[in-house]
Formats: sequence, C-alpha cells, structure tokens
Amino acid sequence: MIGSATSINYIPIFIFIVISLVFGIGTLVISYFVQVRIDDPEKLSTYECGSEPISDARNPFPARYYIIAMLFVIFDVEVAFLYPWAVVFDKIGLFGLIEMIVFIALFLVAYVYAWKKGGLEWD
Amino acid sequence: MDLIIQIVVIVVHIAVVLGVVLTHVAYLTYAERKILSDMQDRLGPMEVGPHGLLQPLADGLKLFFKEDIIPAGANKIIFSAAPILVLVPALIGFAVVPFGRDSFFIGSIEFTPYITDINIGLLYVLAFSSIGAYGILLGGWASNSKYALLGGLRSAAQVISYELPLGLALVGPVLLSGSLSMKTMTEAQGGGFWHWYVITQPVAFVIYMICAIAETNRLPFDMPEAESELVAGFFTEYSGMRFSFFFLAEYANMILVSCVAVVAFLGGWQAPLAALDFIPPIFWFLAKVYFLLFFYIWLRATVPRLRFDQLMAFGWKIMLPLALVNVLLTSIVKYFLN
Repeated sequence: MIGSATSINYIPIFIFIVISLVFGIGTLVISYFVQVRIDDPEKLSTYECGSEPISDARNPFPARYYIIAMLFVIFDVEVAFLYPWAVVFDKIGLFGLIEMIVFIALFLVAYVYAWKKGGLEWD
Repeated sequence: MDLIIQIVVIVVHIAVVLGVVLTHVAYLTYAERKILSDMQDRLGPMEVGPHGLLQPLADGLKLFFKEDIIPAGANKIIFSAAPILVLVPALIGFAVVPFGRDSFFIGSIEFTPYITDINIGLLYVLAFSSIGAYGILLGGWASNSKYALLGGLRSAAQVISYELPLGLALVGPVLLSGSLSMKTMTEAQGGGFWHWYVITQPVAFVIYMICAIAETNRLPFDMPEAESELVAGFFTEYSGMRFSFFFLAEYANMILVSCVAVVAFLGGWQAPLAALDFIPPIFWFLAKVYFLLFFYIWLRATVPRLRFDQLMAFGWKIMLPLALVNVLLTSIVKYFLN
C-alpha cells in the first residue's frame, strides 16, 4: 500500500505519455514522407454530398450543447467528491454516511431544478 | 546504473503493453468484420491470407501510404493535432491495468504484470479517457465541414453526458473495495465468482456497460458518426494515417473500457472457482475481456441506432438518477452490514 502511494510510481506513466506521443507524431511524420501528394482544388474542398460547399461551416449551433456542457461541469465536480469519500468510507462511519446523504440531497435539488427548467429537454 | 536498469525495465513494460494492445486493436477490427459477417450469413474478408487473416495488416499498410488530405479552409494545426489528442489518452490508460497476478523474474529484475500501480488508478483512467472528447470536438470543428462540426458536437455532448453515470457506477466497486488502485480492487474480489462485484453491484455493472458503449461511440449509440445521416461524423474530412488514428483510438478505447469493467466488476484475473486456480490468471483476464468485446460486436449486429434526443434523455433522466440511487443504497447497506 505504501508502495502505491509514492510519487515514483508516476514515472512510468510519464514515460508512457512520451512514448505514445512519439509513436503518434512519428507515425504521422514517416507517413507524410512516403505518401503520394497531388494537390487539386476539387480534392481539397470539403465534402457536401458532391455539390459545391455552400457558405462557411463555422455556423452558429444550438445553445443546448452549451447548457449540457455547463450541467456536466457542475455535476462532474460533485461526482469527483464521491471518490475520496468512497475510499475512506469505512473510517468515517455514520457521520460520513449522513454527510453524503445531505450532499446527494443537495445534488438532487440542483438536478430537479435543471430538469424543471427544461435544461435536460432536447427538441 | 540501477536507475538505467529501472528505466529500461519500464520501457520494456510499455513496449510490450503497447505492442499487445495495438495487435489486439488490429485483430479486433478483423474479429468485428468476421463476427458481423457470420451473424449476417456472409463470408467477410477472405482474400488476404488464409481466411483473410492478414487483412488488418493490409489495411494498415494501405492507410499508411495514403495521402493525408487537409481540406481547404481547415485550421491546419488543430486539424493535425486532433488525432493525436484522441489516440494518446486511449493508449496510456493501459498503464494501470493489472493483467495478471504474478511477477516474473529475469535474474533479479522483476517484471510486474502491470506497468505501474498507483493508488488512484481508476480515477487516472477516467480522467485521461475524458481528454479524448477534446480531440473529437476539435477535429470536428477544425475540418471546416458541416458534417464534421455536427458530428463533433454530438459526440462531445454524448461523451460528457454518459461520463456522469459511468463515474457514479464505478463508485459502487470503490465503496466495496475501499480503494481506487486497480490491483487492490482485483485482490479484494478473490475467492470465487460470488465475490465479484457484478454479483453485489449488478445495477452498477449494467449502467457501466451501457455508458461504456456510449462513451466509445459504438452502436446503438453511434450518433456522432451515424453514416446514414452525417457521412462519417467528426472524421468525415480525415484520410490516411490521421483517419486511422481515430479508428485505432476507438478500438483501443473499447479494449480499455472492457479492461476496466473486468477489473471493477468481473474480478480481474481471478478465477471463477478456487479449483480452477491452476489456469494462469492472465488467461482469465483475457477470457473476460474477449467476452465483453464479443458482446460489443454482438450488440452492433443486433440493435438499431437511437435518436439523439432519446439518447440524451436516456442518459440524463434514467441513467443518472439510477446511478445516484445505487450509490446511496450501496453505502447505506454497507454501513449497516459492518
């Protein structure tokens, strides 16, 4: 248990990230030099069912996506609080259990509010 | 000198895991095509090698030599970086997965059956797997194509929506084992299949599996790349090696979520009965992962695609409350049993 708590165990992860990056970038670079490249304006135009692309693709998009993203940020932070609690659950006893029930109740208030306000609807 | 040996050992570990994972990715595409074709009463790939066994190699080589097209009007830097941003998180999640029980020794050098064991293993996997969503969103946006933009948006919305119940479902096993380390979690499930958390946490297991399928954008949750509506979704404009990176990442993610499911719910490398302990632990681990992967492909052949509003409603209105209730009930029951 002590072994898995020391920061030395994170060094392999760092090396792994570096190796994965080198693998990804290296493959792309080598592939760039062995491929045939013939530029053609028709080929470079974006796909739109075979016809000429109409207008720019950077259009406004529904605000629904933005609301979902905000709800996610709020709720995900709350979920992140559950992990340390779950790990030490045996040590904190009844106090910890009641605390978490209160916490989840607050979570539910926000959830019900978002639902009633139509934040979860998709039309 | 000691330090150099340690680093070499780490690099060997990583090379082995990376090699095994990439081979599995390649043959998972083959397995998927073969299983699908069997279920649909066709032959599937047969031309390259006996029974098409060399097909993944041929596909890989072809994609490697294909031209990488960057569409006109695309944001070049983001367009090129997005596939790497998707691929790297999918690969490094494997750093904490315990594949077996026993270390093996060459001289006095120990080779553990995992790359590293950190006390926040599960959290690490979850944290890095969410980074992949950025790659998908950025790739879709940078393509300057309407299909890609829609696919990227849908995918990001879907991935973050199902991340919540997924995280909540995993709180169950964490509560029971009292640890986030994937090694400790596996060890806590020893002594027969009735100790596996799938028995005590069946609801969490079902929630986890459904969310995992949604997280990896697989059918029936493949809205982001719905071929019949969005051409190919966020990677419509990608070609060559960059295109294959999105594919690699998708299949690597499938294997990763299966590994996490096996560790958190199916007892990792533990044998189902003590009498079967003579079979090496790694065999049990692989058997369970293969079963889940088969289940994935089976599902693809069986169920139709959902509509996007149905998908969002299902995630937010059914899975999230259900996962919360599961966490509450688990903690209350655990408290009173102690």
